[in-house]
Amino acid sequence: MADATAPYRIKGETGDWEVVIGLEVHAQVTSNAKLFSGAATAFGAEPNTQVSLVDAAMPGMLPVPNRECIRQAVRTGMALDAVINRWSRFDRKNYFYADLPQGYQISQLYHPLVGPGEVEILLDEKDENSVKQIGIERIHVEQDAGKLMHDQHPTMSYVDLNRSGVALMEIVSRPDMRSPAEAGAYLRKLRAILRYVGSCDGNMEEGSMRADVNVSVRKVGGELGTRTETKNVNSVRFVMAVIEHEARRQVELIEEGGEVAQETRLYDPDKNVTRTLRSKEDAHDYRYFPDPDLLPLELDEAFLEECRSSLPELPDAKRKRFEGLGISAYGASVLTAEVETARWFDGLLSAGAEPKQAANWTVAELFGALNRTGKSIDECPISPEEAAELLKLVADGTISGTIAKQVFEIMLETGDAPSKIVEERGLKQTSDTGAIDAEIDKILAANADKVEQYKAGKEALFGFFVGQTMKAMAGKANPGVVNERLRAKLG
Amino acid sequence: MSVNADQVRHVARLARLALGNDEIDRMVPELNNILGWVEQLGEVDTDGVEPLTAVIENHLRLRDDVVNDGNVRDDILENAPDAQHGFFAVPKVIE
Amino acid sequence: MSELTLKTITELREGFRGGDFSAREIAEAFNAAVVAGRQLNAYTVETPELALEAADAADRDRTTNSLKPLSGIPLGIKDLFATVGVDSTSGSNILKGFKPTYESTVSGNLKAAGAGMLGKLNMDEFAMGSSNETSAYGPVMSPWKRNDGGNAALTPGGSSGGSAAAVSAGLAPGVTGTDTGGSIRQPAAFTGISGIKPTYGRCSRWGIVAFASSLDQAGPMARTVRDCAIMLEAMAGFDPKDATSLNLPVPQWEAGLTTDLRGKKVGIPKEYRIDGVPDEINAIWDQGIEWLKDAGAEVVQISLPHTKYALPTYYIIAPAEASSNLARYDGVRYGLRDTPEGGNLDAMYAATRAAGFGAEVKRRIMIGTYVLSAGFYDAYFTKAQKVRTLIKRDFAEAFKQCDLILTPTAPSAAFGLNEKMADPLAMYLNDVFAVPASLAGLPAMSVPGGLDSQGLPLGIHLIGRELDEQGVLNAGLAIEERAGFTHRPKRWW
Ligand SMILES: [Mg+2]
Ligand SMILES: [Zn+2]
Repeated sequence: MADATAPYRIKGETGDWEVVIGLEVHAQVTSNAKLFSGAATAFGAEPNTQVSLVDAAMPGMLPVPNRECIRQAVRTGMALDAVINRWSRFDRKNYFYADLPQGYQISQLYHPLVGPGEVEILLDEKDENSVKQIGIERIHVEQDAGKLMHDQHPTMSYVDLNRSGVALMEIVSRPDMRSPAEAGAYLRKLRAILRYVGSCDGNMEEGSMRADVNVSVRKVGGELGTRTETKNVNSVRFVMAVIEHEARRQVELIEEGGEVAQETRLYDPDKNVTRTLRSKEDAHDYRYFPDPDLLPLELDEAFLEECRSSLPELPDAKRKRFEGLGISAYGASVLTAEVETARWFDGLLSAGAEPKQAANWTVAELFGALNRTGKSIDECPISPEEAAELLKLVADGTISGTIAKQVFEIMLETGDAPSKIVEERGLKQTSDTGAIDAEIDKILAANADKVEQYKAGKEALFGFFVGQTMKAMAGKANPGVVNERLRAKLG
Repeated sequence: MSVNADQVRHVARLARLALGNDEIDRMVPELNNILGWVEQLGEVDTDGVEPLTAVIENHLRLRDDVVNDGNVRDDILENAPDAQHGFFAVPKVIE
Repeated sequence: MSELTLKTITELREGFRGGDFSAREIAEAFNAAVVAGRQLNAYTVETPELALEAADAADRDRTTNSLKPLSGIPLGIKDLFATVGVDSTSGSNILKGFKPTYESTVSGNLKAAGAGMLGKLNMDEFAMGSSNETSAYGPVMSPWKRNDGGNAALTPGGSSGGSAAAVSAGLAPGVTGTDTGGSIRQPAAFTGISGIKPTYGRCSRWGIVAFASSLDQAGPMARTVRDCAIMLEAMAGFDPKDATSLNLPVPQWEAGLTTDLRGKKVGIPKEYRIDGVPDEINAIWDQGIEWLKDAGAEVVQISLPHTKYALPTYYIIAPAEASSNLARYDGVRYGLRDTPEGGNLDAMYAATRAAGFGAEVKRRIMIGTYVLSAGFYDAYFTKAQKVRTLIKRDFAEAFKQCDLILTPTAPSAAFGLNEKMADPLAMYLNDVFAVPASLAGLPAMSVPGGLDSQGLPLGIHLIGRELDEQGVLNAGLAIEERAGFTHRPKRWW
C-alpha cells in the first residue's frame, strides 16, 4: 500500500511535477429564508414559486439582509479559527446572465465578513502525526443565482429563480493542497465542520456544496505555474478526478512546448474530462463596487458572543476527547467523521455506557447492522438510551454477549427496549448454581467416558463440557459460574 | 484619459448596448468631453480621505430568518415578455 | 377652470372638512383639469377613476368622522413610483406596458393617508435629465411663457417636470417628485412652486425605480410650504423593506411651522457666487437674505470649499450606480424585449437595451460602466467617493457656524425646449446649486422668490442640517410670506 504521506508527483518526460491546488467552496447557508428576501429556500419546489419580487429584481425592489445567514457565516468562520471582521460590506458584481435577474450578484469583494483561518487535515486517517494545515483566505457571503433549463424546448432556455438569492458562503482556501487526496481530505473535513456547526447541510447532490477547483503545476520547488479554474464541481470524487486530470493535462501541454492558458473550465463527469468554458480574453469585467442599497455591516460584541457560545464541540476536539476516554484513534476518527454519528455516540456515552465497550460495539455491531440494512444513523431504530441499556445488561452479567447479539437483532426488528425483550423472552442469564449444577450432573453422567479421558489429562475436553452445559441452559447460564462449577465437579 | 471608438465599443459590450458605428462615433467626443470635465477631481487632495460609505449615519438592519414572501408566481410572471410553463423563456443558452 | 383647482392642499382640506364642497367635487374638478391640460403632456397615465374612488371613500369617511390626514386630496404621482395595476414606466420605452403588482411605500403611504391618484406624471427617462426632454413620452411643456411675446415652449425643468407642470398649471394640488441631484428643486424653481427633498432615508425608496441609490429621495411638490409639510408627513417614515430607511419617528412638521427665525443663523456660501450666473439670480438670492433677516435670522458668511467639485463628483457616482441599477432591464422578466433574428441571449440583451433606452440614459450607462471598469475604478469612482466625503465634511463644518444655508436653486430661469439638449454639460450645470446637498444627503427645499424680467419664476434654495426638515420648512415659510408669490402662468392650454 502506498504511503499516504508520500508526496504526490506527476511523472513527466522531463521529470517530476508537483501540483498546486486551491479550492473555492460555495456552501449554501442553512436558513429558512433567502439572503435578502423572505422567500423560502427549500429544495425541489415548483419553478418560480419560491421567488419574491426582490429575487426577481422587479423595478424598485430592495435587499434587506437576513441575520441568520450572517450569523451562520460568522459561526463558520469561528469554527475555522478565522478572523471575524466586525466591519464588512456588500459589493455588487456586475454581469449579465439569464439566471441573474438584477444584472449583478450581491457579494463581498473588498471587505469580506471573514478573514484568514485554517482547516486541519490528516494525510493519513490512522496517523495522528500526519497533520497538515490548509489555510483559509476568506469567507464571504453572497447570493446564489437562478437555474437555467436547456432541454425543455428546442430553441429556448427556461429560467427558474427559486435559487436566486439563496445565501451562499464562499470559502476560499489558500493554494496549500498538493494532491487529490489532500483536496479530498480538506473537502471532507470542511464539510464535517460545516455540518457540525449547522451552517450548511453539506448535501452535494442537491448542490449545497460545490467547489471551484484551481489547479496549476510546477517543477518540484519551482515557480508557480498558470492556474486554471474548473467551476462548480459537485462531489469529492469529482474534485479529485478534476485535479488528476487537469494536472496531467497541464504537464503534457507544457512538456509538448505549449502554455497553460488562464481560463475557466468545466468538468464533464460522464467523460471524465475538463474543457474550456471561457478564456481570459473574454473574461468578465465585473465592475465591483459597494452596493448602495446596503449600509456597511457592523457586528457588535453581543452578536459575536452569541455566535461563539452557540458553537458545538467540533470534530477535532471531539475526536481528542474520545481518545482521552480510551477509545482507539481509529474508533475516535470513525465516530466523529459524521456529525450525526458523533451525536448519537455522545448520546450513548451520556446514557452511561462505558466508552471503550460502547465504541467497540458501535463500530462493530451498530455500523454493521446499519450497513446491512442500508440505513443511516438518523434512521437507526435504536436510541442511544436503549443501546446503553443493552450494553449495561451485558456489563452487569444480566445477559451474555451471545444473547446480546440476539437481543440486538430483535431490537432492530421490533424497536422494543432490551430489558423488555430479555424479560419477555426469558433471556436472562442465570447464575443459579442449583440449576447449573443439575444440568452439569446430567451431562457428566451421560458422558462418563469423556470424564474419564479428562481426568486422565485430556484437558481440552473442558471446553466440550462448557459448551454442552451452555447449550443445555439455552445460552442463558453465566459462563463464569459454569466454568467454576465444572472445575469444582471435575476436580 | 480619453477613450477611442474601440474602447467605447468595449464599454457598450460590457453594458449590453447594441450601438451602431455612427452612434459609437457620436459618443466618442461626448464621452471624452464628460470624462475630461470630471477629471478635474484630480485637483483635489484626497490623501488620507476615506471614500464615503454611508450618506447619513445609519446602521445596517438585519431581518429575522422568517419566510414571509414568495409563493407569488403569477405576480412574478405577470409582466414577462415570454413565460412558458411557469418559467421565463429566453433564447437558448449554450453553456 | 374651476375655483377648486386654484386652491392649495391646505385650503382644500379646510373646505372639504368644513363642508364647503365634497371630495368628489374636488376630484372631478382636477380630473377635468387634467384632461384640459393634455397639451402640457404632464401626465403619462390618467386615472380619474382612482381619484373618484378615493374621493367617494373620503366623502363616506366624512359622514362617519373618520377622516384621514389627506382625505379628499387628489394627487399626481411621478411615473418613477410603482403603482399597483397602473402603468409605471419611469418615462422609458424599456418599461412600456409595465404594470406593477405592487405599490411603492411612499405612494402607498399617501393612499393610506386618504389621498387619491389623478394619474402618473411625465418625467425624464429614469429621472435622468433636467428638462423633461429625455422622456419616452416626449417633453413636458411648462405652463409658463416668457413675456417677450415670442411664445417659445419652455421646459418645466426635470426630472420631475410633469410633477412641476401639473402643480403650477393646476392639474394637481400636490404631487410626488424624486430628487437625485435636484430633480424636485430645480423644476419647482422653474415653475414657481415649492418642493422639498428630505434627508436621505426619510422616505422609503422601496418601489421607486432606482436611479442612483445613494442619492435618490422622494419628496413632495406643491403650491405652498405648508402643503409640502402636510404631504411630507404622510410620505415619510421608517420602512423595514429599505435597508437605508431611517428608523425615526416622523416629526409633526406642519404643527411645527413657524416663521420666527430669531436666534437662527443663516449661512451664505461664498462659493455659490459663480461666474456667468445672471444678475437676476444673485438679486433674488440677496432678496432672500433680506427676507430671512427680516424674519429675525442672523446672516453669516460661510465657505463650502469643495462646491466646485460637487457636479463632477455627482456625474461619476450617479452614472456608476445607475449603470448597475439599470442592468435589470434586460428583456427577460418585464418590459420590452427585442430579439434579432436568430440572435442569442446576449444579442437579445443588447438589442433590447439599445431599443429601450434613450440617448441620455445610454450616455449615463456608458459613463457609469466606464468609471467602474477594470483599471479606472480607483481613478474615477473611488476618487469621487473621497471627494464626496470632503463635500459632506464641508457641510458639517459650515453647520458649526450656521443652522441653515441659503442659495439660489438654479443658475437660470426656465430655458427653452431644445435649447440645451445638444450639450450634455450645459444641461448638467443646471443642478450646480442643488447637487451638493444631494451628495451630503441633506434636506433641501426650493421656494418661489419672484419673477425675472421675462416674467419667469426664480427659486430660492434652503439647505438644512440632516434631519432638520423643520428648519428648512420654517425658513421656506418665512420667505414665502415675504415674497408674496401669487403669480400663476397665464392659461394658454
Ligand atoms: Mg470562483
Ligand atoms: Zn462566489
